[in-house]
Amino acid sequence: MNIALNITQTFQDWLVGFMPEGAASITAMVIVAVIYLMIFAVAGLYLVLLERRVAAWFQLRLGPNRVGFQGLLQTMADALKLVSKELTGTDRADKFLYNLAPYFVIITSLMALGIFPFTQGFQAFDINIGIFFLIAISSIGVIGILLAGWSSNNKFALIGAMRSGVQTISYELSIGLSLLTMVLLTGSLQLSEIVETQKHGWLIVQGHVPAIIAFMIYMIAGTAETNRAPFDMVEAESELGAGFHTEYSGMKFAYFFLAEFINMFIIACIATTVFFGAWLSPFGITESLPWLGVFWFLLKALILVFLMMWFRWTFPRLRIDQLLSLEWKYLLPINLINIMLMAFLVWQKLTIQF
Amino acid sequence: MSYLSNIYNGIKTLLTGMSVTGKYFLNARKGAITQQYPDNRATLKMFDRFRGEVIMPHDENNEHACTGCQKCELACPNGTIEIIWDRGIDEVTGKKKKKIDKFVYHLSMCTMCGLCIDACPTDAIKWGQNFENSVYDRTALTRVLNKPGSKVRAGIED
Ligand code: SF4
Ligand code: SF4
Repeated sequence: MNIALNITQTFQDWLVGFMPEGAASITAMVIVAVIYLMIFAVAGLYLVLLERRVAAWFQLRLGPNRVGFQGLLQTMADALKLVSKELTGTDRADKFLYNLAPYFVIITSLMALGIFPFTQGFQAFDINIGIFFLIAISSIGVIGILLAGWSSNNKFALIGAMRSGVQTISYELSIGLSLLTMVLLTGSLQLSEIVETQKHGWLIVQGHVPAIIAFMIYMIAGTAETNRAPFDMVEAESELGAGFHTEYSGMKFAYFFLAEFINMFIIACIATTVFFGAWLSPFGITESLPWLGVFWFLLKALILVFLMMWFRWTFPRLRIDQLLSLEWKYLLPINLINIMLMAFLVWQKLTIQF
Repeated sequence: MSYLSNIYNGIKTLLTGMSVTGKYFLNARKGAITQQYPDNRATLKMFDRFRGEVIMPHDENNEHACTGCQKCELACPNGTIEIIWDRGIDEVTGKKKKKIDKFVYHLSMCTMCGLCIDACPTDAIKWGQNFENSVYDRTALTRVLNKPGSKVRAGIED
């Protein structure tokens, strides 16, 4: 089973057989996009279910376990319910922006998924500025949130959206810098090449101390990026109702909700790719079976997702000034020092390689 | 220096918190506090201080401890309890004596405040554990708590 580096390319080569080149490439893209859309819509629903079960276990409850075996169909049923709900809106809301906002959020999060190397050659689009693309695309989502808050004509929603703006602008820096620290090691932004360099040991091992610091900073900033507790002032149920999506109902609400979970998965996927060797198995135990890479990738990503859930159900919500001082007084200076430390290590060849 | 100790303390306290919830997570299967109610009806045991409804316990001789003093009726803020009483003859002394005929309890009006139970000098009424009280007709919620033919336990008034 040896398919090319890039599944879109594979489809295209196959389609070129019976249609002109231009049409073939567009058709291939559409096919891959639809497949990804279906896989990740369902995966997102199951992440919601996972979150609910895990949250229940953290609180000594049972969680949803009635619909289907052990509640496996619960979120499907919820999605069906949301589809059938009326789409309400506020008076004098800015209708165009109001309807546009959810799509910004969900599309950006789905676009980011396209470039992850799930296993050898299983990657929809191997862009050569992969990390840069991820950082860029993940900050577009906040435009959707700002639009939603602004166009809802609701004070709570606006406050939530403004908080989100503040938060994302601040923490984007930490994400970027902590990933940059790792890019110093790989010397490439392309995700497939980053995986390639990890064949001599995962980057978190190669870069030892600064890599671990970078990972910790990345996890903190990543949690903040996805607007999850303890950084969920954007929603802050107890203060703002539901923040920016207070006025949304039905499927549009579901888009926001799903986007939050897909974003969490994306943050975990980036961490897996950059720190934990993506689809590479530990110590190369299954190197001869490249298709097992999907398993390793998902396993690592789910462990990181679990870590974020653990954060969420343990830590209390921060105040907005605490949030900003954490970023600007602690994470950013530590990050800058860390990046210099990493540069020094790379320069002096103090990295650990097998 | 307080900058670095802030970071140290921050990480330490966060890890402490995570270890606490982590233990909960691992023990969730054994110690879940959720009751799967309709399924475990047979084994369900409510907690001691649960206020389901007011009951009047009777012993094996069909005797209760209610003297008919009506203190509970006076204590009840919303007239849930009605004592219908009668005068009877005490067999031992031959004097006239108050005794209850019917202890009428309107469950539909009861707010479960517990004042009647606190007021009762002989502890004749108690909290019951039953909470499945839905009925199709609300007259079914009016109950007579003393059983037919029951009488007050001897010596309870001394
Ligand atoms: S239940 Fe208690 S308070 Fe009420 S009438 Fe009987 S003895 Fe008196
Ligand atoms: S619990 Fe309160 S409301 Fe109910 S019967 Fe007793 S005193 Fe009345």
